[in-house]
Amino acid sequence: MSTPLLELDKVTIKFGGLTAVCDFTMNIREGELVGLIGPNGAGKTTAFNMITGVYQPTSGSICFAGLCTAGVKPSKLAGRGIARTFQNIRLFRSLSVIDNIRVAKQLHNRQGYLSSLWRGKAWKRSEAEIEKDAIELLEIFDLAKVRDEMATSLPYGDQRRLEIVRALATRPKLLLLDEPAAGMNPSEKDDLMRLIRSIKERFGLAVLLVEHDMKVVMGICERIAVLEYGRKIAEGTPKEIQCDPKVIEAYLGAAAV
Amino acid sequence: MPDPLPPVEKPAPVAAGFSLLTGAKRWLVVGIALALLASYFSGTFNRYYLGIGIDVGIAIILAVSLNLINGHTGQFSLGHAGFMAVGGYFAAWLSLQMGVNAKVMFPLSLLAGGLFAAVVGLVVGVPSLRLRGDYLAIVTLGFGEIIRVIAQNTEAVGAASGLKGIPKFTNLGWTFGLAAVTIYAITALVNSTYGRGFLAVHDDEIAAESSGIGTTRYKVTAFVTGAFFAGIAGGLYAHHKQFLAPTGFDWLKSVEIVVMVILGGMGRTVGVIAAAILLTVMPELLRDFAEYRMIVYALLIIFLMLVRPGGLFSINFKRRSAA
Repeated sequence: MSTPLLELDKVTIKFGGLTAVCDFTMNIREGELVGLIGPNGAGKTTAFNMITGVYQPTSGSICFAGLCTAGVKPSKLAGRGIARTFQNIRLFRSLSVIDNIRVAKQLHNRQGYLSSLWRGKAWKRSEAEIEKDAIELLEIFDLAKVRDEMATSLPYGDQRRLEIVRALATRPKLLLLDEPAAGMNPSEKDDLMRLIRSIKERFGLAVLLVEHDMKVVMGICERIAVLEYGRKIAEGTPKEIQCDPKVIEAYLGAAAV
Repeated sequence: MPDPLPPVEKPAPVAAGFSLLTGAKRWLVVGIALALLASYFSGTFNRYYLGIGIDVGIAIILAVSLNLINGHTGQFSLGHAGFMAVGGYFAAWLSLQMGVNAKVMFPLSLLAGGLFAAVVGLVVGVPSLRLRGDYLAIVTLGFGEIIRVIAQNTEAVGAASGLKGIPKFTNLGWTFGLAAVTIYAITALVNSTYGRGFLAVHDDEIAAESSGIGTTRYKVTAFVTGAFFAGIAGGLYAHHKQFLAPTGFDWLKSVEIVVMVILGGMGRTVGVIAAAILLTVMPELLRDFAEYRMIVYALLIIFLMLVRPGGLFSINFKRRSAA
């Protein structure tokens, strides 16, 4: 593939005197599953927030599908095909499971303010279509049977999966998962790994995964970048990363090398 | 859960659910018909009760429209009386300008009042909706006061002595017909895929943004829609009382509408309507205590926050089914 889907070029962000991410350069190609790891506070989530437009980088540039993302709002970037989940689950708590999906579906819905008031034929057709699509999507994740429950009443693991479904409902080209395995037990983690692999295949997505669980990261990622104190210290295949002395030092301390 | 979709069976309940929703339009027609019917017989009603009835209808329009902003979208606005004033003064001024044709043009005057209030809502909303919580409340509070002061100093609308001699065009039909339109519009909006965005903004702005909901746009839309209906309510009010005084639109009026929304349970339309009725009728029943109304409101809110944070009229379904 010629141009990468996502290009980060020397991205730096400073919060006052603190440089959270410094000169971070990385590419993600279409359909690739990339891991981003690093110790706590290394700047992984900050990098996510810059890619999704929540933060604007102090310097450097981020390009998605050939277009620069500087100054573009997160909602517009979602429209271009970047979707994400959050480290601490952020579902819409006053909405049901299916309505959480419907909100994300509005992105590709042509029915806006006036047609929602008028409720004509086109509106009805599109509402029914959205409902059908949402149920189909929920069915893939085995959540269709709880579609009318309140989103936050679901068990923890289901809430995590629902967040992924909501992200997928925006029809992304790039999916960013922020610690999807956090708080899961080993068998749930196995399911999650299978799930991530299968959605990548099924929806033809590129996935960028931030995760602390090494088993998950090493198990599914094709390529891994390692951040420490906001700097990229290594990038390579899981094998290369596992053997990289710098990475081992960052994670386990110098004594372990 | 079987993997392949059973395509025939599944969509059926969906279609059924949505035909129920479109039934909302039927309710709109029923509402307007009832309002017109009541209006036809209004000659036989006691004039005092008729007046209170119209007050109730106006309060419903105000409370339901503010509910879109404060309840559904979660933006705390304290300037609703300001929008009401804008619409009221503009519609009344138009009626006075038109003279003989005013009665025929009444619906257009109302509409113009609403649209003018909506434009003002847009102007106020675009910069101020970038603020959150308390800041937004303060800015909208300030806006309401600005409107009042402008009205107080504009000779064309009677300045401090008020705008007198507005023709009496408001009747039960117009009031409750438009209340039905307001209720329909807000409910229809919120109960659509598009309108679920308002609730998403209320729940979590960051998650809404990353799901493709332009939060600023939704907030401004809610604000402008609310302002529009407040303007209409103002027009009805002007042609009901036949007199507009700037002091009638001070921040206490805004607080009164906010109390209706909180009392009814933010975002619960039925509760908000019930609260609007209650808070309009109650001061009439307790005329002697009218001066203590604000104290009662304050105590009511504190009491509610402690005992029923979901609103006076919210029903706790879970507890019920458990019992």
